[in-house]
This record gives sequence, C-alpha cells and structure tokens, in this order.
Amino acid sequence: MDMELLKRLFELVVSSALINNFVFTMFLGLCIFFGVSRKMETAVGMSITFTAVMVVSAALSWVVFEYIMKPYGLEFLQIIIFIGVVAAFVQSADTIMKKVSPSLYYKLGVYLALITTNCIILAVPLINAREGYSFLESIAFGLGSGLGFGLAMIIMASIREKLEMADVPVPFRGLPISFVLAGLIALAFTGFSGLIRL
Amino acid sequence: MAVKNKENKLIVSVSPHVRDGESVGRIMWSVNLALLPAFIMAVYYFGPRAVYVTGLSILAAVLTEHFFQKGIGRPSTIHDGSAVLTGLLLGLNLPASVPFYIPIAGSFFVITIVKMLFGGLGYNVFNPALMGRAFLLITWPKAMTIWYEPTAKFVGMDATTTATPLGVLKEEGLPKLIQMFGDKSDMYLGMLSGNTAGSLGETSALALLVGALFLMARRYITWHIPVSFLGTVALFAWVFGGEGFFNGDPLIHVLSGGLFLGAFFMATDYVTCPTVRKGQIIFGIGCGAITMLIRLWGGFPEGVMFAVLLMNCFAPLIDRSVKPELFGAVKEQKQ
Repeated sequence: MDMELLKRLFELVVSSALINNFVFTMFLGLCIFFGVSRKMETAVGMSITFTAVMVVSAALSWVVFEYIMKPYGLEFLQIIIFIGVVAAFVQSADTIMKKVSPSLYYKLGVYLALITTNCIILAVPLINAREGYSFLESIAFGLGSGLGFGLAMIIMASIREKLEMADVPVPFRGLPISFVLAGLIALAFTGFSGLIRL
Repeated sequence: MAVKNKENKLIVSVSPHVRDGESVGRIMWSVNLALLPAFIMAVYYFGPRAVYVTGLSILAAVLTEHFFQKGIGRPSTIHDGSAVLTGLLLGLNLPASVPFYIPIAGSFFVITIVKMLFGGLGYNVFNPALMGRAFLLITWPKAMTIWYEPTAKFVGMDATTTATPLGVLKEEGLPKLIQMFGDKSDMYLGMLSGNTAGSLGETSALALLVGALFLMARRYITWHIPVSFLGTVALFAWVFGGEGFFNGDPLIHVLSGGLFLGAFFMATDYVTCPTVRKGQIIFGIGCGAITMLIRLWGGFPEGVMFAVLLMNCFAPLIDRSVKPELFGAVKEQKQ
C-alpha cells in the first residue's frame, strides 16, 4: 500500500470523526445521541456497537452499489436498497450473536435494534455513493463516522453525568439543557473547520 | 463559600469540596485585580474605546445576571464578582474596533445560555468568556476581525486597521512579520509590551504575566495548566513551526495571540478544568496541541479560544480517567 493512499485514508478518518462530525456539524443521529448519552456505560456500549455496524454496513453497501446497482442502473433506488442492506445485516448479526455469543448479545444486543433506523447509518452509504469512494475509502469513512459518533456520545455522557448534580432551572432539566449543551459543543467543534480540505 | 444547611441534610455537590477561609468572592475579585495591568495596557494602546468596550461588556454581564436571577426567583449573586470577571474577560477578548452592540450581545448570551441555564457559577461546562467570544466570532465574523493598530495616543476614533501578528504569520509568512516590526528583537519587545494589533487584553504578555504571578503567589492558580499549555505550544512551534522539522521559532507562538490570557486566566478556570493535578497537566497539553494544530494547519489564525473550549468538553472525561483509586476498594466482580 503506498503512502498516498494511507494519507488519504487517514485524512478521511480524521475529517469524518472530528472536522465533519455527524452530530456536531450535520446534526444527524440526534435521537440515539440524546437517548443513549445519559449514562457513560450505555454510551460506551452504543459507541462500540455503532462503529462496528457502521464499518461493516459501509463495506456491504459499497459492494451492493458497485456490483449490483451500477450494472443494472438502479442508482435511483439507493435509499430503499441501502436501508434494506443495513436492516438485513443488523438483523442477521442480531440473530447470530444471540446463538453464538449470548453474553455479548446481552451486553450489546439492545443497541443493535436501535441502530437499524439511525440516520447516520443510512447517510454513510449515501455519501460514499455520491462521492464515488473506493472500497477502502468507504471503510475509512465509515470508521471515522462511527468513531466521531462514539466520541460525541462519550463526551456528552461524561458532561451529562456531571450535570445531574447541577442546579439547572426546572424547565431546562433533562433533555432541553442537553440540546443547549450539544449546541455549545458544536460551537467549540467549529474550531476544527478548515483543518483538512478533502 | 459557607453553605447554609438548615435542615441538616447531606449536601451533594460537584467538586471541589475543600473549605477554608477563602470565599468565591475574594478569589473572583482577586482575579479581576490581576487583570488590571492588562486592562491598563489596553487603555494605553487602544485608547478610550478599550474602556467603552470592556465597560459595556461588564455592565451587560452584571445586569443580565441580576435580572435573570431575580426573574427565576433566586438571590442575586452579582456581588461575588464572577459576573464582573466574565464581563471583563469577554471585553478583553474583543478587538477595540467592535461596534457597541457586540459586547452587550456577547455578555447577554454568555450569562444566560452558558452560565445561568446550567445552574450558575460552579456548574457551567464551558469557560463563559471564551464561549462568548466564539459565539460572537461565528455570528459577526467581519466585525470581530477588524484590528486597530495600537496608537498609544488618546486620539479617539481615527485609528488605522491592520492584521494581527498571527494573521500576518498565517497569510504572508515570517519574513513579512519581522519586516512589520523592523527587526526580530523589536518584534519580541512589541509582543511583550503589547504594542501589536490584537484583542484588547491579549497583546501585552508582560502585563498578563504580572497578574498571573500575583495569582500564583496567592495560590489561586497553580503552575500545572499554564506551564503544560505554554510548554506544549513551544514544543510544537519548535518542531513544526519552521521550514522542515526542529527549525521553528517557539517565542513567536508563545508570545503572540491570546496564549498568555488563555493559559493563565481562562484555562485555569476552576469550574471548567479538571480537578486532579495529573488531569490538569493532560488538560494543558491538550490545549497546547489543539492550539498549534489550529494555528499551523487550521482555518483560523488563532486557536487558543477553540482549544480551551474543546478541552472544556473533555474535562469531565479526563477527571474520570485519572481519578485515583479508592484505598482498599475492591474491583467489581464480573458475573
């Protein structure tokens, strides 16, 4: 593997994780982001599951897009097909995990069901297809997006656990202050903008 | 701060828990005092506008805090000096050229959204003054980046605009920057005394250092964050700042921009930095690394503000990961 490609892949991972973080710059995936970031434990579990699913589904969707949709001119069915691919993969992973490794299923299974309907999971294959990324680039983009989402959730969980004890005005307790917090973190993340131009 | 505990209940609050004769008010007013040299230099170099901008910012911060607390039926805490400090820091972080609605809007945003909604002093996640500056920079990018040439004359409005040293360094390179000052030693002198373009309170490294030493002598801040912050910036500037590696000029990056103001007065904010010493060093290193990342390769000429804000996000996480283990605690058994 040559240095150019490695550099390109590294840039893709960093840019999708930090600079174009899905949560803080595109405001995608907010339902899981707010739903699961109340406790550190669930945030970490979700991050691991999410990143794994993201990488595999980016790879699967790339294969389906390049070898099935493109030859048959089915690009206009992108959204439906990608949803189908991701849902089928997540469902089969769920079933296999339950049989093969019940302990892992007990830990991470709850998150799998939630992930199927997440918008970042759909956004990544769509962006991969739009930008015409190669197989490795698609995987790097999926990995970066997953890591970025995980990072966002872990930061959020650590701050929210601290905020539990804060004297927040009553109307803002819980979800409202979390939205304010996410906005402020997004403001801080604008500092990364312009670091890598792809 | 003595907490009245009428019902004799156990008080659960966020750290720090140590109590002694100090009070929040005394510390806050001391920090205000420590910023006085920088403020005087700002007035000296930028004239009456420095007074207007900072004054409006303080006034807006204090009034907003007072009326917000009255509005939600809590006792007003403006006497503890924290609102004044936030206003003062925000004012010192603005260019002299800003229109007068900017400090007012900034202080209003900071006190309501960044401080009061999170529960007031002691609970805010981000450094209020820096968050205010970030908000203003994103909202009014043009007005926030017009820099006046320091005149050192009390002549009023007819100031000429120029670029900040870091802006010149980023756009036109080091030779042009040195040429602007004459020669290299003049450049360092200008940065030390504050005779350069920039935000009101950030230009004079020497005045900031005097204030910081005062705070250190009174043990209100410790060396951990500033030293690790400045050290990391110097190291990065030396390694990556020049042509090739290990060829850069660390002094330019250490003396210019908002680094002294950020490292001594804002990264050390008790509420938004980690409480464990080891965590504070990690925090400082992170601030320094992100600052240089943005200065050398990022989209903005100056990165101190974003670096501190980003590390504010990570502060609770750092605190968790360096938490010393409880003596005699048994690790949880896995089922």
